[in-house]
Amino acid sequence: MSANLLEIQDLDIRFRIDRKSEPFRAVKGISFDVPAHSTVALVGESGSGKSVSAMSILGLLPDNAVVGAQSHILYGGRDLLHAPLAEMQAIRGKDISVIFQEPMTSLNPVYTVGEQIAEVLRMHLAMSPRQAQARAVELLAEVGIPNPQLRVNSFPHEMSGGQQQRVMIAMAIACEPKLLIADEPTTALDVTIQKQILDLIAKLQEKHHMSVLFITHDLGVVGEIADRVVVMQDGEIREQGSAKEIFESPRHPYTKALLACRPRLDRRPRRLPVIDDFLKGDGRAHLEERKRGTSPADPIILEVRNLDKTFFLKEGLFGKRAVPAVRDVSFKLPRGKTLGLVGESGSGKTTVGLTVMRLHEATAGQVLFEGRDLLTLSEREMMAYRRRIQIIFQNPYASLNPRFTVGQILVEPMRIHGIGKDERERIEMAFQLLRRVGLADASFYKYPHEFSGGQRQRIAIARCLTMKPDVLICDESVSALDVSVQAQVLNLLQDLQDEFGLSYIFISHDLAVVKYISDEVMVMNDGAIIEMADSDEIYRNPRQDYTRKLLASIPKGLQRAKELE
Amino acid sequence: MSAILTSPPAARPHESPGLWMLAWRRLRHDRVGMLSLAIVVFFLGLMAASYFGLVASDWSKEKGVSYANPSFLAGQENLEARNMAERRAAVKAPPVDLSDVDPLAPRYKEWAERAAKIAVTEVKRSETLPFGGDKWGRDVLKKAIKGSEVSIFVGLASALLATFIGTVLGAFAGYWGGKVNDLLEWFYNIFTSIPYILLILAFAAVATATGKFGKGIVPIVLILSLTGWTGIYRLIRAEYIKHCNREYVKAAQAIGASNASRMFHHILPNVSHVALVQLSQYTVGFIKAEVILSFLGFGVPVDMVSWGTMLAEAQNELVIGKWWQLAAAGASMAVLVTAFSLLTDSLRDALDPKLK
Repeated sequence: MSANLLEIQDLDIRFRIDRKSEPFRAVKGISFDVPAHSTVALVGESGSGKSVSAMSILGLLPDNAVVGAQSHILYGGRDLLHAPLAEMQAIRGKDISVIFQEPMTSLNPVYTVGEQIAEVLRMHLAMSPRQAQARAVELLAEVGIPNPQLRVNSFPHEMSGGQQQRVMIAMAIACEPKLLIADEPTTALDVTIQKQILDLIAKLQEKHHMSVLFITHDLGVVGEIADRVVVMQDGEIREQGSAKEIFESPRHPYTKALLACRPRLDRRPRRLPVIDDFLKGDGRAHLEERKRGTSPADPIILEVRNLDKTFFLKEGLFGKRAVPAVRDVSFKLPRGKTLGLVGESGSGKTTVGLTVMRLHEATAGQVLFEGRDLLTLSEREMMAYRRRIQIIFQNPYASLNPRFTVGQILVEPMRIHGIGKDERERIEMAFQLLRRVGLADASFYKYPHEFSGGQRQRIAIARCLTMKPDVLICDESVSALDVSVQAQVLNLLQDLQDEFGLSYIFISHDLAVVKYISDEVMVMNDGAIIEMADSDEIYRNPRQDYTRKLLASIPKGLQRAKELE
Repeated sequence: MSAILTSPPAARPHESPGLWMLAWRRLRHDRVGMLSLAIVVFFLGLMAASYFGLVASDWSKEKGVSYANPSFLAGQENLEARNMAERRAAVKAPPVDLSDVDPLAPRYKEWAERAAKIAVTEVKRSETLPFGGDKWGRDVLKKAIKGSEVSIFVGLASALLATFIGTVLGAFAGYWGGKVNDLLEWFYNIFTSIPYILLILAFAAVATATGKFGKGIVPIVLILSLTGWTGIYRLIRAEYIKHCNREYVKAAQAIGASNASRMFHHILPNVSHVALVQLSQYTVGFIKAEVILSFLGFGVPVDMVSWGTMLAEAQNELVIGKWWQLAAAGASMAVLVTAFSLLTDSLRDALDPKLK
């Protein structure tokens, strides 16, 4: 390793909120270096200040941000924080380039991908249009887009999410930058695609002798590609060191907690450790293993037989095109057990959940709830069952009505279903449930936007519990949460199952989470269930190639930390 | 359970501010917004006061001479008033003595005495009025105040009605989609395919000719709102289509909330800020529309006064150099409309700070 490519010294960033209140200090004087030809991972949960730090390198902070006078970002002898705008524009995209999280919103939808790559080349390298076009084709080939001659004329929406991210990477490396900043580049992608993108970034870093600053919330992702790891929390650096040190001998309890709170394939503690366990205790309290699995003797609460769901898309004036989303899906859910449903996006797993609840009308099949076919019930008869099957959605920011207080959110379902004899009793029950899911009483009077993602998901869980359901469908319910919060919510779900004997259908793309929480796992692909077995069994002996592929794409980073504890 | 109920949440400790409270707090820091709010409130107060007869109740009294000068232009020559005074004087001049041939001549004196007993005290018409007078010597300032009553009422009432129609239709079209949406879209397209001014004039012609919509300002309110709902309909429909697919609506369906509850209890509060901003914009538009209608003669009846009728009268007065009626009506309208538009902008910023 040679000299440092980029040195960040005592970076301090505050945001002015309004005239009266004290500016919010997002980054509290951090220092770290990015050596040449290496990958540095900046790891932290949401709100840790990692993205803000990275954006300040390129001067892409919002207007209300104030950078402290003592802060320096040194790049090639210049201080980027005090460079004039013209100089910054020459550096952006040429010497330092960025890949963002959402490829769909980062690409301009009205230009072809070729034009967008060519634009960068013409701007920074003064290529002729013809040269730029030819180079764009080369770049697309380099990032592994099949048939680049043809695809160079595609529009972004004609490509899959993974391909769009490849195009973003092609744009970013177009001018052979010395530093590539990757801001959560794989978070929006499926596991298999994530694996490919990670491999691609690692390969390009090697080939072009770049440095990569990789920002992520998931330690598991960086394990494979990072040389150095910087762990951030609350705007401060908790720990930094080589990847080997961080994974094998973490010193700070926060790092230990981050490594431990993510469910792992090889272990299943009764409860997942959470950050508080490490900050306050030693984190060793949860080593007892939990047994999982189903037996044929288990009483069945919900049985789905030959479920089919076909969407019809309008084509032309009168034409219709059938798009089968779910094909011939059958399964049984034993009472008090958890059924995991894994698959990549577009595999139809969410549609199964919504169809079982009759939030979508099924095309064919039966959903037997205690022997009654829900799909043939009238809307009125269905009301009695609505209460007993509930769903928790993926995005806790979207599933709570922003204009209702938490109290209104919790009391409404009880009022609809006539639970509790009067308003007073309902309010009292709502308070009890809030306490049960670990929220303060004062939450009752607040609006959803005042809560963090994990707290909102607790509210959503409490809303389901008001109706005392028997079956709870968790549709990617922990996927949008930080790992530590995810562990807390998973623990809560587990406790509630133990307490109330709930049955879960747990839908997720994250195999480790599904493995941890499920008794039985189904793997879905293209609308059909391709494999189904007890969860330990499916991870130990996958029978289908697709299942093996899914398992192989789980980031291996955490397995390096196996010997921990 | 009853044991626990002895300690129910007695008072609401500190309920968090809702959308409207937060919007109000933001608006309070917006100087332009607060100033325009003050102006709008002032006009509304004036309108209410005039409605209850506290001010300008005697607007129709002919207090001044014809085209009385504004008091700040007291010295200026007023040809029209002098002409009229001369004509009146000419009428009052003693007639040529015809007593020789007039058989009623001996009674004139008796009649004159009787008339004197009745004592028609002719009011002395003032030469100047605070902001000038119109052709009949009515106070222009009072006319403008009285005129605000009609103009603002028409603007507000038709905006409310149009917003209501647009919101309800938009909610139905956006929420249900399919056939309901198709039907309403056809209806909407037919409405919007007719040139807007022509549509208003056609409605106005029917309303004034048949008198079916009642008299006074009711037909104008109906005309404006029945033609004006289309814009907000489209906006609300688009918002509903967007919100229908939101997870919180799906969640409401999952807990068993009915369609009506989802439409109006769940979604409506989330789109109401759009409706409010539209309402405010409509009010501005309809105040102007009323002025245009009255100017064209389709507006309020002759025994009422609005800024539009004042502007219509001012047409002829300008030729002879009497500008104050135009100025009074025009300035009131300009101030109110500008304030209202600025308020609309501030409201939008306050309700949706991310948009800024």
